[in-house]
Amino acid sequence: MSTDTAPLVELRDLQFGYNDRLILDGVSLCVPRGKVTALMGASGGGKTTVLRLIGGQYRAQSGQVLFDGQDVGALNQDGLYALRRRMGMLFQFGALFTDLNVFDNVAFPLREHTDLDEALIRDIVLMKLEAVGLRGARDLKPSEVSGGMARRVALARAIALDPDLVMYDEPFAGLDPISLGTAARLIRQLNDSLGLTSIIVSHDLDETFHIADQVIILANGRVAAQGTPQEVRASQDPLVHQFVTAAPEGPVRFHFPAPSVQEDFGLAPTAGGRR
Amino acid sequence: MKWVSDLGFKTRQQLADLGHAARLFVRLLWLMGPTLRRFGLVRDQMHFLGNYSLAIISVSGLFVGFVLGLQGYYTLQRYGSSSALGLLVALSLVRELGPVVTALLFAGRAGTSLTAEIGLMKAGEQLSAMDLMAVDPLRRILAPRFLAGVLTMPILAAVFSAVGIVGGWVVGVVMIGVDPGSFWGQMQGGVDVWKDVGNGVVKSLVFGVTVTFVALLQGYEAQPTPEGVSRATTRTVVVASLAVLGLDFLLTALMFSI
Repeated sequence: MSTDTAPLVELRDLQFGYNDRLILDGVSLCVPRGKVTALMGASGGGKTTVLRLIGGQYRAQSGQVLFDGQDVGALNQDGLYALRRRMGMLFQFGALFTDLNVFDNVAFPLREHTDLDEALIRDIVLMKLEAVGLRGARDLKPSEVSGGMARRVALARAIALDPDLVMYDEPFAGLDPISLGTAARLIRQLNDSLGLTSIIVSHDLDETFHIADQVIILANGRVAAQGTPQEVRASQDPLVHQFVTAAPEGPVRFHFPAPSVQEDFGLAPTAGGRR
Repeated sequence: MKWVSDLGFKTRQQLADLGHAARLFVRLLWLMGPTLRRFGLVRDQMHFLGNYSLAIISVSGLFVGFVLGLQGYYTLQRYGSSSALGLLVALSLVRELGPVVTALLFAGRAGTSLTAEIGLMKAGEQLSAMDLMAVDPLRRILAPRFLAGVLTMPILAAVFSAVGIVGGWVVGVVMIGVDPGSFWGQMQGGVDVWKDVGNGVVKSLVFGVTVTFVALLQGYEAQPTPEGVSRATTRTVVVASLAVLGLDFLLTALMFSI
């Protein structure tokens, strides 16, 4: 462990793209320990990609991802797996194992990574399920629980091994207002009571600003703003302003890159004057 | 000139796919050791693949045996050698039909379910979630299924052949009236344990590797969408069946020459 003041996760001048399209173009950011950091930005802006880069599932074309001082991109599979045991990830739709019931889903990482006996595993699993309020749902199959519940089960599974870092990929998407509030409170509460560091990828401005200690806004492949929710809200940067006020027009492009309208609809005077 | 670049692109893509497949195959073989140490996972999969294929395998075996009894009798009685019916039925089943038909049925019954399962796990981000939990999906999901498929195939082929011989006996001895003594006696004297039964076992092992690997590969490389999974499932049946039939010829030719 390095000192407590050093950020748990640090991205340094990261570049990443699929094929020719550059998604992240020189992103540098820090995720401080023990805090809830929100990663926001337009859809397709590379937020989930950042999570996958931190988890080492993608490798950046250039730049570094540091997790507790270790360069994630330079690790081999064993090193990466050792590192991943210290992080939990909550997928957008939970990604529960559909052939296992709720209890076995939460027990899965414990059974795979530890030699604990069943009695102890049972206690740990029930504690984790209690933390997300689903101790009574242990025998249900993933197909029998609602979307919001599935995500809470996935959360219990993500914290089963007591990780240092929990990453939430769109934890609020598609939730009703009540579940949304519950989920947000749960994230904050778990972060503080278990001493976690959390990264939330989200679109939901109000709820996210409410629970986050730090907000990072990604736009056009770069970090547009980084600071406390108050600082970001007060930002005069046109990009950030557009996002915070949810304005349709602004520096963030609404249109996917395309040929000009005239050209696509055949309105431009064609060279040579055919037809 | 576009077709030249298209051809080049296609070729390169095929080569890359082949490379992926080869890498997966080597990794699965590499993982056989650790997989054996967690035999519980393999046992569950053998139960799943084997038990649920048992009905279709036995029924098919029975009917293939019936038909062999009839057709065999029809041919043999022309030469006055219908007493060799038992030998004919047993050799056909043990050397050829047992492994091949079982492999084809196995591809349709178990292979497709493997492909769909892996493909849907991929589509539901389950494999990705597992990977992020520091659990290697190849080791935890694919390798036990591979070993289970390879071990299940010879057992199913044996069941197929055994039931088929009973079917041949029902038609030949019970219904047509071939002498039971010569039916069983010729079979006992004419079927060699190593040359005939052994070759059949080798074939069914090779087909087990082929079908299971094709099914796992198709599922693992499937596009994580509904169409992708459905296409992968179809490809499993087509590729596995063709591979089995092609390999069968190769193996038979090879075994003849030894």
